Amino acid sequence: MSSTTPKIAALEASQLRSVPPFRVGDTVRVHFRIREGEKERVQVFEGVVIRRKNGSARSTFTVRKVSYGVGVERIFPTHSPRIEKIEITARGHVRRARLYYLRELRGKKARLRASRRKGADKVVKEFGVRKK
Amino acid sequence: MNTNLGLLGKKLGNTQIFTDDGEVQRVTVVEVGPCVVVGKRTPEKHGYSALRIGFGAKRAKSVRKPEAGLYAKLGIEVPEVVRELRLPPEVVEKYEVGQKLSAPEVFRDGMFVDVQGTSKGRGYTGVMKRHNFAGYKATHGAHEYQRHGGSIGMNMTPGRVFKGKKMAGQHGNKTVTVLNLKVAKVMADEGLLLLQGSVPGARGSVVLLRSAAKKKQASA
Repeated sequence: MSSTTPKIAALEASQLRSVPPFRVGDTVRVHFRIREGEKERVQVFEGVVIRRKNGSARSTFTVRKVSYGVGVERIFPTHSPRIEKIEITARGHVRRARLYYLRELRGKKARLRASRRKGADKVVKEFGVRKK
Repeated sequence: MNTNLGLLGKKLGNTQIFTDDGEVQRVTVVEVGPCVVVGKRTPEKHGYSALRIGFGAKRAKSVRKPEAGLYAKLGIEVPEVVRELRLPPEVVEKYEVGQKLSAPEVFRDGMFVDVQGTSKGRGYTGVMKRHNFAGYKATHGAHEYQRHGGSIGMNMTPGRVFKGKKMAGQHGNKTVTVLNLKVAKVMADEGLLLLQGSVPGARGSVVLLRSAAKKKQASA
């Protein structure tokens, strides 16, 4: 591990944004602003968080979903200003930090049990999809 | 030769920032200045023109007596590093001995700079690490030759090894200049400069930054 000088730490700290408390195994909806030519629009990417990589402003997380039978993974910088918001739609019960094993699983096997951790529902309610 | 104004700084390390577009930009953080003009060289007196700039503060313990005397006379704290920058006489004229220089006076966002530093020393190194030679095969009966460089020349003609032949030797710990790094951001309050790209040397090593010699700067 390299030690970061206080000045760089401060620089990174200034870039941090408030991020909802999602964990590995949660299903999230990432609202990501993308640019198409001149226009900008928000794209929603929904899937399971299979990895969180921590490192102050350099943190990233990986979301996996299966789209038309093809597995798609996207890595987002956790503190990217392009992320409009992150919704937590479900909390999964997982026993490891990196869910790479999901890549080998298909269909029913690739599901995660709902988390029974204390307060899990509360987070979903607070940061989940607002129903109209 | 680079005859643009520059400053000394200390490489702090690498990180990334988000641009206004939200893109990730990898940067090297350099603590630049404040530097002090500690002397001038003029064509009349020395035969060439240059500015001598100092950076940092030397520990009292390692200050030599002649140095102490010189800087006491100038009324400047003894700098840790002093470098001479060759500059045209009309630029040298504009600065006074004792004048302080900080990053925003010399550098702006979007400007290109050349950075000179001492690369990380790797000691006496073989040809694979030093010159990216391919080595030799690991199987098919090869032994005791895996990391060798192969032949170093021909036979009777020329009967010698060519000068500059790439061989094992000291690698790194050499002065390296990286040209045309873009200044991502000048952080005046902190005295930091964020450069897009990497800079030679280890964290904490002293680097010299000068406005790029081979690139036209966008007008201010």
